[in-house]
Amino acid sequence: MEANIAVPNDNKPTWGGGGVKPFGASYGKMMMWFFIVSDALTFSAFLAAYGLTRFKFIDSWPIADEVFTHVPFVHGEFPMIYVAFMTFVLIASSVTMVLAVDAGHQMNKKKVTIYMLLTIIGGIIFVGSQAWEWNTFINGTYGAVKTTDGKILQFVDTNGKQIALADFVVGERGNARVQHTKGNGLWFEDEGTISQYSIAQIISSYEANPDVQIRTELIDLDKKQKTILSREKGSEELAKTRLIVEGANLEVNEYGNTIFADFFFFITGFHGFHVFSGIIFNIIVFFNVILGTYERRGHYEMVEKVGLYWHFVDLVWVFVFTFFYLV
Amino acid sequence: MAHAQSHTKRIWNVFWILSAITIVEVILGIYKPDVLHLTSFLGTSPLNWIFIILTLAKAYGITWSFMHMEGEKTWFRRAVVWTAVFLIIYLVTLLLIEGDYLYSTLAPLVRW
Repeated sequence: MEANIAVPNDNKPTWGGGGVKPFGASYGKMMMWFFIVSDALTFSAFLAAYGLTRFKFIDSWPIADEVFTHVPFVHGEFPMIYVAFMTFVLIASSVTMVLAVDAGHQMNKKKVTIYMLLTIIGGIIFVGSQAWEWNTFINGTYGAVKTTDGKILQFVDTNGKQIALADFVVGERGNARVQHTKGNGLWFEDEGTISQYSIAQIISSYEANPDVQIRTELIDLDKKQKTILSREKGSEELAKTRLIVEGANLEVNEYGNTIFADFFFFITGFHGFHVFSGIIFNIIVFFNVILGTYERRGHYEMVEKVGLYWHFVDLVWVFVFTFFYLV
Repeated sequence: MAHAQSHTKRIWNVFWILSAITIVEVILGIYKPDVLHLTSFLGTSPLNWIFIILTLAKAYGITWSFMHMEGEKTWFRRAVVWTAVFLIIYLVTLLLIEGDYLYSTLAPLVRW
């Protein structure tokens, strides 16, 4: 057996890092780095796939500034502001983390405790913000329609500013359609929330109101803005309506391409899961700091290791921020 | 411990630099000056190149300072950074070329 397994020959336990340290890095720290390499490759694969899809639909991809425009408790459109705040929170929590590591090097238990706590709070604010962002995205803002050939049509006013269905749809619903529930539905089947408007109602409201125009997904490459159709062409496209879309999920997306929503949920969701697990690790380490585990161990290297993970989460967000919101 | 001196000042400096970069990105992202946004340079707009370069600068700041990569042994640093950077560039290059090909093949089939 001895030929096959690594036996510590210097009377030091393997989990303590073994006797010999390759590259002068402890076992745990080195493995954390190698895990980060593999995780970085996972994230790059997602972002590269996002890039491929975006290049594939380069002439009709949603414009981030028109999608993420909301700030909690404030009405109006402020693209970038909230996500900038989230980025700032994450960078700030990275700083408190690295300050905790620094305090750990000086064996300053009190400072490590405070900085770990601040880091955890920063992480919770970030995850909460992301949940809010998801909620806003899922609920949608304006509503749109989807045509039989799979295109999203949005409505704009004469200034080219997008308007909601509620802003121009008038009249009676007409088709007497009610939501199916298990209580009253045929075959006791449930269905997703149906729109309060009918397709016929939207079409007639559009025809009746000359101030409403239709915007398609196609980007005018000279202006980098979505194309607005003439009234006649709009009417022609609107006649092909198949579905009313309010909000976004994995199947439909009022902001444009459905796969944009899929990537948004997948990538920010995977990142959010990393932040969540980072918070859990930080809490575990936080309590160990309070209990004096690392004081007794003689070093605060565990703080350093979760610190590496936490910074990595921040690092990934820097790229997500750029490729989802800026570029 | 042996290395008891504190790096607090340096940490805060890096924080201010990273924040400043983020603020510049956000301001450019909100105003999108036409000169940078509507022109093209090496396949995309100069604005996009600015965003990508600033992002890489931030990534460098986080890795080198916060993750303390600068303090690791040279070849450990290279084992991590070179591996990741090489594989990422490789993958991204291939997939973006493929995406561009898909666009040139499929886009003519879509009627707007």
